Amino acid sequence: MSGDWITFDLGRLVDSFWSTTLDGLTLGAIYALVALGYTLVYGVLNLINFAHSEVFIAGAFAVVFVLSGLGFGPSAPHMSLGLLILDIALAMIAAMLVSAGTALVVERVAYKPLRDKGAPRLAFLISAIGMSFVIQYLFFVWRGPSAEPNRTMYRPKPIFDVFGVIINSQQLTIIIAAVVMMVCVDQLVRRTKLGRGIRAVAQDPDTATLMGVNKERIIMATFMIGGALAGAAAVFYVMRVPAGVFYMGGFILGIKAFAAAVLGGIGNIRGALLGGLLIGLIGNYGATVLGDSQWTDVVIFVVLVVVLMVRPNGILGSNLGKVRA
Amino acid sequence: MSNHSPLGSVGATQTAIGEELADVTKKHKRTAALRQWWNDRSRLQQWLMLLVVVALAYLLPVINPPLITTEPANDFAISCFNMALYALVALGLNVVVGQAGLLDLGYIGFFAVGAYVAALWTSSDSTFVHIPYLATLPLAMIVTVVFGIALGLPTLRLRGDYLAIVTLGFGEIIRLLATIIPGLKGNTGFQNLGRPPGTNADGEALFTASNGLPWYWLVVTIIIIVAVLLGNLERSRVGRAWIAIREDEDAAEIMGVPTFNFKLAAFGTGAAIGGLAGALMGGQVGFVNNQKFDVPTSILFLAAVVLGGRGNKVGVILGGAIVAYIPLRFTELAAYKYLIFGIVLVLLMIFRPQGLFPAKAHLLTYGSRIRRWVKKEQAPAQPEGGPPPGSAPPAPGGSTAQSTRRARKET
Amino acid sequence: MPEAQAPEQEFAINEEAAVAPEREIAVSEGEPLVEVTDLTVTFGGLTALDHVSFDIRRGEILGLIGPNGAGKTTCFNAMTGVYRASSGDVRLEGQTLLGKKKHQITRAGLARTFQNIRLFGEMSALENVAVGLDARHRTGMIGAMLRLPRHYREEKQIIERGMELLDFVGIADRALHPARDLPYGYQRRLEIARALATDPKLLCLDEPAAGFNPAEKEELMALIRTVRDEGYTVLLIEHDMKLVMGVTDRIVVLEFGKKIADDVPSAIQQDPAVIAAYLGEEADDVDA
Repeated sequence: MSGDWITFDLGRLVDSFWSTTLDGLTLGAIYALVALGYTLVYGVLNLINFAHSEVFIAGAFAVVFVLSGLGFGPSAPHMSLGLLILDIALAMIAAMLVSAGTALVVERVAYKPLRDKGAPRLAFLISAIGMSFVIQYLFFVWRGPSAEPNRTMYRPKPIFDVFGVIINSQQLTIIIAAVVMMVCVDQLVRRTKLGRGIRAVAQDPDTATLMGVNKERIIMATFMIGGALAGAAAVFYVMRVPAGVFYMGGFILGIKAFAAAVLGGIGNIRGALLGGLLIGLIGNYGATVLGDSQWTDVVIFVVLVVVLMVRPNGILGSNLGKVRA
Repeated sequence: MSNHSPLGSVGATQTAIGEELADVTKKHKRTAALRQWWNDRSRLQQWLMLLVVVALAYLLPVINPPLITTEPANDFAISCFNMALYALVALGLNVVVGQAGLLDLGYIGFFAVGAYVAALWTSSDSTFVHIPYLATLPLAMIVTVVFGIALGLPTLRLRGDYLAIVTLGFGEIIRLLATIIPGLKGNTGFQNLGRPPGTNADGEALFTASNGLPWYWLVVTIIIIVAVLLGNLERSRVGRAWIAIREDEDAAEIMGVPTFNFKLAAFGTGAAIGGLAGALMGGQVGFVNNQKFDVPTSILFLAAVVLGGRGNKVGVILGGAIVAYIPLRFTELAAYKYLIFGIVLVLLMIFRPQGLFPAKAHLLTYGSRIRRWVKKEQAPAQPEGGPPPGSAPPAPGGSTAQSTRRARKET
Repeated sequence: MPEAQAPEQEFAINEEAAVAPEREIAVSEGEPLVEVTDLTVTFGGLTALDHVSFDIRRGEILGLIGPNGAGKTTCFNAMTGVYRASSGDVRLEGQTLLGKKKHQITRAGLARTFQNIRLFGEMSALENVAVGLDARHRTGMIGAMLRLPRHYREEKQIIERGMELLDFVGIADRALHPARDLPYGYQRRLEIARALATDPKLLCLDEPAAGFNPAEKEELMALIRTVRDEGYTVLLIEHDMKLVMGVTDRIVVLEFGKKIADDVPSAIQQDPAVIAAYLGEEADDVDA
């Protein structure tokens, strides 16, 4: 066996530490947004929504279609900043609607009938996997195996240059937008009436129902919030990974986002943010040190398993029901 | 009310068991009637009928029945081999998902490890020590058990939900490693894997990639052995522990079941069978590379188990065969097979979570005999008006079973 | 598929036989079998159980009572390893149980039932009991796969003793029924049979009469007395005072996680602290 297939070169990481870190945080912000969907559903239903990765990729397809419709192509368009922001906002709204709609369909088809029957946990997981499969291969049948052509929104420009650390406009947009959205969701769950309902159902569905909370409505709302966030993530995904919009794209990103949710503590909103950023960083650092991006997933999973052995409920642990307003 | 007293009478007990059998019949009329009929046959009759079924299974590719056949699109013998292979895989995954209730989404990883074991130790492309192909079958099982335990040790203590993600990751990692590690030859793969010995009358090798028949027979034979051994496990302390874990893990632990050990045992057993199937696949195809071991195939395996009926050996064998058969028979559907089985999974969970062939697992070695004993007790008890309450001799040796049986001989 | 050939056996299912414990117990009748010393359980900042000490003597039925939320089930869970005690000790025959795994505690001789029934629903009543009996069995993967002699011995014991136990609690007529299809009263009794199957030195019953009507409660209390007469020691958590008074030999009363009384039933009945605790609760009930 040849010996140089795995190299451990910390020097490479030292050389490119800041760019690796910033890129990791950018990817991590996207993971975190998707991870929120897993976490919200888990918090309320105590079930993993395996189809959430497809909820996300449906949004990504929507982004590509809307951008194509608006005339975006492989190279960055020449347009005013205001128009560009408007177009991106349009794409984002479309993606959020499509993803939220997909999430709602998943809930109504794969979860609701089983909930009515009081099916065992395993049944929910299997039906969600089935649903994920169905959506994935619907895209396969419709769009074929290859990725959608690039839709470039703008060319990333360096903005800051602090002691040689260059932050570009794309990284800045994604990180800031994602964090702002997550803070909004956190506040939504902590402060609004809907959020109170979500926390009540998460804590004790039966009592919540007795107290006049409409459980079904809360569950649907939770799926749709998670879906909308995945749709938002899809816009950033198309920015950062323009060649990643194909039927398996959701699975590839979803598995990392899921790992992020579990790492931070599934059911914990702040945990999803933390987990997402950490997974982004760990994956990037690992790939850099080991010299091949193929190692990303391997490193992520090894770290995930090790963390779970030490902290079985993830880093931040607690669940949605225990969040205090 | 005697049923409710602390010391219920023997007579009342037996009559009530008769009523119970009637109850069951009302509930699941068809399956229960069939089972009743089956239980009524003598041992000899049961074995004879089973022999006919097994003989038909062996002869399936030879008979090559019209309508059922997958030809001309796919050679029927090779199709049969693939069906049998899926059946074997389903049998193994059933231990993990169906019996112990652990959701393993990375079962393909064990299948891959088995295939690579066969490749590394027999392929002409491998620089490893070469061993006879048949020796790679047990070796593949040992290696996959090691992998299974290495994966299970850190993860089986975790919450059940996490197992799904970690196994999914494992399946992906095995595929990635096959790509990254140069020794595993990525997409190029290994050619000319070994095959079992034997030549036909012309002196040509018996086991070839184009001749599915001997391979099919080999796998069917293995399925029978594996099914018997798994049946032994099912009707033992091990099988009961698995089902107890599936039903309520905490309660099982509190009832004295070392749940972690038994989960690990289920994981290892499943892994070994998956590895065995992988090595068989490698041998038949004669070529192994990194392309066949993706997660969607893992989900197909899961679909096979769910379709057949989780926890039911015969059911999952049929489930595996069906999942393999449909794309081979209806080639126009082959491109949509993932879509189809995705829909099947959802529909099954909504409308028929017990699968196509549900059956209650019997978990006691003497289970059939106690059912039969109950029946025998019924027949002679009636004319005598049943043994009067409290008439049974208290000494453990003098059983009511013996005394009533004696009574029947006299009549 | 017919089951693999087993040696032809006659079963000695003797339903009138006694179900007395099969194990040697190191302490003699009337001596402390289980000693709970200064047992404390805290959840976050909340002290659910505060330095509770009591003995359970071999051969007695000890009642553990108290108003809702007094810490009865918490105490139970700490003893059986479900909760981790923050301090104090639980000793069975002088051996500490703290730090042992749940299944080890069961095999050491502490079996329990659940307040909210937790049977293995898909399994038949007899199979449920078999799981309990398996706590004392040792057949592993190899032994089961190859059906070594020990396997046959243990399986035979399951049929014999399993049926005896089912008959003892009065539900042998539904031995082959799936547990989930059993009537409520049968399920409660099956829980007791399953716990007895582990051959416990101490049988812990967590509100075994919950959901029973008075006549059924009476029957169940008769059963518990029979269990004791067979030679088992019983710890009984019960909410219904009248019931506990009728069946127990001694009663420990908890309130707000503290022990407030520990005496024979007649003395407990007169104890002002106990009366106050229960009166307080009844007043709460009226409010609610």
